[in-house]
Amino acid sequence: MAETLMFNALREATDEEMARDNTVFVLGEDVGHYGGSYKVTKDLYKKYGELRVLDTPIAENSFCGLAVGAALTGLRPIIEGMNMGFLLLAFNQIANNAGMLRYTSGGNFKIPMVIRGPGGVGRQLGAEHSQRLEAYFHAVPGLKIVACSTAYNAKGLLKAAIRDDNPVLFFEHVLLYNLKEDLPEEEYIVPLDKAEIVRPGKDVTILTYSRMRHHCTQAAKTLVKEGYDPEIIDLISLKPFDMETISASVKKTHRVIVVEECMKTGGIGAELVALINDQLFDELDAPVLRLSSQDIPTPYNGMLERLTIVQPEQIIEAVQKMMASRI
Amino acid sequence: MVAERTLPKFDTSSVKITKEEGLMLYEDMVLGRFFEDKCAEMYYRGKMFGFVHLYNGQEAVSTGVIRAMRRDEDFVSSTYRDHVHALSAGVSAREVMAELFGKETGCSKGRGGSMHMFSSQHNLLGGYAFVAEGIPVATGAAFQSKYRKDALGDKSADQVTACFFGDGASNNGQFFECLNMAALWKLPIIYVVENNKWAIGMAHERATSQPEIFKKATVFNMAGHEVDGMDVLAVRGVAQEAIARARAGEGPTLIEALTYRFRGHSLADPDELRSQEEKEFWAARDPIKRLAADLAKRNLATAAELKAIDDKVKAIVEDAVEFAESSPEPNPGELYRYVFAGD
Ligand SMILES: Cc1ncc(C[n+]2csc(CCOP(=O)(O)OP(=O)(O)O)c2C)c(N)n1
Ligand SMILES: [Mg+2]
Repeated sequence: MAETLMFNALREATDEEMARDNTVFVLGEDVGHYGGSYKVTKDLYKKYGELRVLDTPIAENSFCGLAVGAALTGLRPIIEGMNMGFLLLAFNQIANNAGMLRYTSGGNFKIPMVIRGPGGVGRQLGAEHSQRLEAYFHAVPGLKIVACSTAYNAKGLLKAAIRDDNPVLFFEHVLLYNLKEDLPEEEYIVPLDKAEIVRPGKDVTILTYSRMRHHCTQAAKTLVKEGYDPEIIDLISLKPFDMETISASVKKTHRVIVVEECMKTGGIGAELVALINDQLFDELDAPVLRLSSQDIPTPYNGMLERLTIVQPEQIIEAVQKMMASRI
Repeated sequence: MVAERTLPKFDTSSVKITKEEGLMLYEDMVLGRFFEDKCAEMYYRGKMFGFVHLYNGQEAVSTGVIRAMRRDEDFVSSTYRDHVHALSAGVSAREVMAELFGKETGCSKGRGGSMHMFSSQHNLLGGYAFVAEGIPVATGAAFQSKYRKDALGDKSADQVTACFFGDGASNNGQFFECLNMAALWKLPIIYVVENNKWAIGMAHERATSQPEIFKKATVFNMAGHEVDGMDVLAVRGVAQEAIARARAGEGPTLIEALTYRFRGHSLADPDELRSQEEKEFWAARDPIKRLAADLAKRNLATAAELKAIDDKVKAIVEDAVEFAESSPEPNPGELYRYVFAGD
């Protein structure tokens, strides 16, 4: 076991996969000499050379398209979005080409690529650098969407994403890079399509992902002291959802709260609630509750920013409220 | 370190300036410098947050271009490195500092922050955090001027737009697409590339197949000039010509100002890739010292007069901090205000 920071866990995953398969390469802004803005690719160019750790000009749409072309023809690109928000400039290449080209080509081509980088609301970074983008991409057919949340799952999931033959949007969180954890010495893979039961419980199912997982576990400390027994599930895969794990939990607790950082309108939770209602309505003892961030651009002011995203106190209140209505 | 480009020779003695203009330019640059130094101090004292990109070293570009324009009539668009463009455009130091403190009295009401300075009063169109995205917006402002003049027959609609961005942005498609449209429709705009040699850790030469950015104008049949961006009089001279051309309806100009940032990319940047040698080369070309020397040589200012300006500006910046500090936070009840027009 070795204590590893999250950014280093991601770096190890990249390094191991590049060593294992010489078609894997990294491209993006400042991934080479600078080492990536969160140091995920630090010094990899020294080991693999400048073509395998390619510093690109600031041309997101075109270098994403370039990666699609490289993937179609046999390479396995990993794009680092210096901030995932910048990929809005590449929406066309990600949606039309990465996402849909396998289908429109009738299966002629596959697009094994990973698009990874920091997403989420940071600390007073302003609206453009504190985005909640996962939902914007959610409707695009053909994309897998994953959000890591610990050093352990970051490493194992990234390796799985690199090996997957589909385009994977891989969300890290800008405030989680310094999480620390003991990681196994031996190689491991975490499957892309499995949710993680963070804390088993019997009272209520809390479905969450990314940084909100940590808000939920923090809230759980108080809740457990108060005698509640919540089950916390980290979705990991935002598309497709692991309905097997979710439904097993709902059948046990009969109550669901969704806690997400993305906006409420058209959010990840919106789709999740709809699916639960479609598939598990008879299991529910109460309407599903949804805690999302506010439908506004992330404000710069610290107090407004705090009000914009879900805080642990709100999760505690939501559980208390839901349990109070128990029949 | 890559060999430095030969700076374009420009005989500044040909630029006529009055004493008043000389002192105005000096004050504008000193305000930019002292304001940014204060920002660094306030950032390290935990008064402002996020990504804060300072402009130290590049003052001659903002001052040289914007102070050659008509304040509050012409338009200015910037990037995330926008504090000093805002100041040159006439936004008060108080309002810019208050924005950085996230206060209700900031020019963007504390909602925007360092990278999102806006002022409709001063025709400052932003403050764009994403590289190159301001270029199309600025092009749209220039289109608006042309539209008023030619489609609405408003003869007074002769405003010019200045659009600032970096060498890194000049490799983005939006730059090329806009150059094409602006030249095609003869829009009254000046594209000002502040070539400070670096885009965070990416050296300009490693990012572009043609490092001489001004030459990229020619394929669009557009005027392109390079200028010593450390010499405010040279920048002013080139800008005046471009502004006159734009105002006369003769179309856009691309100006490449060769400059350098004296600090890291942002206050969070360890700045490990730029060589000491390179930093010293450019530090020796400090645009403020250069103008001070020029003014002395022309007998337009005494040391005492410049010192008096320095003191005045220091007081302005101190006052801005006090104002920002004592200003109210936004009202939490107004979380949803400004999402839609009308609120
Ligand atoms: C679309 C987009 N991609 C990437 C970034 C991250 N980024 C911020 S500044 C910068 C470098 C820009 O360099 P340049 O245009 O030369 O301007 P300078 O910072 O030197 O003023 C990069 C890559 C961004 N803000 N927006
Ligand atoms: Mg630059």
